[in-house]
Amino acid sequence: MEKTPENASQAAPLKLFGSWASSYTHRVQLALRLKGLEFEYAEEDLGSKSNELLRHNPVYKKVPVLVHGGRALPESVIILQYLDDAWPETRPLLPADAFDRALARFWCHFADDKLGPAVGAVFASMGEDQEAAVRQVHENLALIEAELRDGAFKGRRFFGGDEVGLLDVVLGCGSYWLAVFEEVTGVRLVDADAFPLFHAWLRDFEALDEVRETIPAVDRLLEYARGVRHMLLGLAGAGAAAASAAAAAPAEAPAAPAPAPAADIAVDI
Amino acid sequence: MAADLRPEVVLLDFWVSPFGQRCRIALAEKGVPYEYREEDLLNKGDLLLRSNPVHKKIPVLLHAGRPVCESLAIVQYVDEAWPDAAPPLLPRDDDPYARAQARFWADYIDKKIYDCQTRLWKLKGDAQEQAKKDLIEVLETLEAELAGKPYFGGDNFGFVDVALVPFTSWFPTYEKLGGFSVEKCCPKIVAWAKLCRERESVAMALTDPDKVYEFVQFLQSKFGVKQ
Repeated sequence: MEKTPENASQAAPLKLFGSWASSYTHRVQLALRLKGLEFEYAEEDLGSKSNELLRHNPVYKKVPVLVHGGRALPESVIILQYLDDAWPETRPLLPADAFDRALARFWCHFADDKLGPAVGAVFASMGEDQEAAVRQVHENLALIEAELRDGAFKGRRFFGGDEVGLLDVVLGCGSYWLAVFEEVTGVRLVDADAFPLFHAWLRDFEALDEVRETIPAVDRLLEYARGVRHMLLGLAGAGAAAASAAAAAPAEAPAAPAPAPAADIAVDI
Repeated sequence: MAADLRPEVVLLDFWVSPFGQRCRIALAEKGVPYEYREEDLLNKGDLLLRSNPVHKKIPVLLHAGRPVCESLAIVQYVDEAWPDAAPPLLPRDDDPYARAQARFWADYIDKKIYDCQTRLWKLKGDAQEQAKKDLIEVLETLEAELAGKPYFGGDNFGFVDVALVPFTSWFPTYEKLGGFSVEKCCPKIVAWAKLCRERESVAMALTDPDKVYEFVQFLQSKFGVKQ
């Protein structure tokens, strides 16, 4: 098909390259469902990435990538904003007001830059390192809780207001890992007493039809998480040299992109 | 009733910060009057701490008292809050793909450059050598993206240009620390930097490269890095 501007029209086909356990992939799947958009899905083996994926995302070589009318969009938060720009009349993900948009962007960045890596660090560590990582997660959750209680998101059911928006999708697709990691590591991350509003928001988010359609079954997530934790702790025990050699191993940790403190592994999701 | 004498727009900033400079350039491009406030980063003021309690960092833009944090969020905010002020920094609404590409490259710059340059001045030996290699790779990737265009956005100065141009004052510092020539590896980027500096908004915002180098030497002595 010739690459004309019409390819980018709403009618042009959508294809999502993703990984079933990747919360970044889930964000895009959820957004597409919220917008009521049909799409083709291609599951990528992260240990053996397809030529098509590498062609569509040469800079990062990661999932998710959304291809629309032959043109590739990488990076989940950028994809979500693209969906809003390309389908402005359907279920907007970003708020209309410029200040609210800036807030949403700020907290999305916080989710990916601070909270996500902190959760990943809990998952990839033990003992004192893990205790420090847990404190970090709690500090981050406390900041979000404060915004829900007294700040920018006070009185809202969702971060987006009455309906889910960009920040709900970004925080929500990832937060289900908290319960999974708690189960696998035996560490308490989201205490309903310490973070009542965050807890209530997450429960409401996970109850949505489109979210239940998107997030994998918890036993699959548990099995996956157990396998990855086993590998990460094995590497941490073996030392840095073994860790960097094994960093190319197919099994990659879910959710958080940060390197584990003991073993320098870039988590490629 | 006393008049509210608070300025409408205030920018909390630090003189040499490339992130702060992005905001200054965006405000100048849009012709938005603002009050610049220099923050003492060793002794952070109340307003900064209250306005950015999460990170306690500059830049922070205060618009009618409401804080906007993070430089790229601020630049997009300036674009959206003053939509009638020419020029648009992001591509227009009718080109979603161009907007996505602009966000992608600005985000790439955010993810890569500051980290590489910090490792370049802070580390020595193999780690510093790796930082230099990484930095060159990033600049070469940006060079390829710029290709034959005058600006990253095409014919007009825009979001990606704003995101990258403050770092161009650091090029001589990269060269001194890394022992390489930015012009040799990325001539298009150097030509683009010259073109950008012809704009008043950029010329006013960027720090003199000699002062950047002095600042880095100060950081090195502060962090006990052998010079």
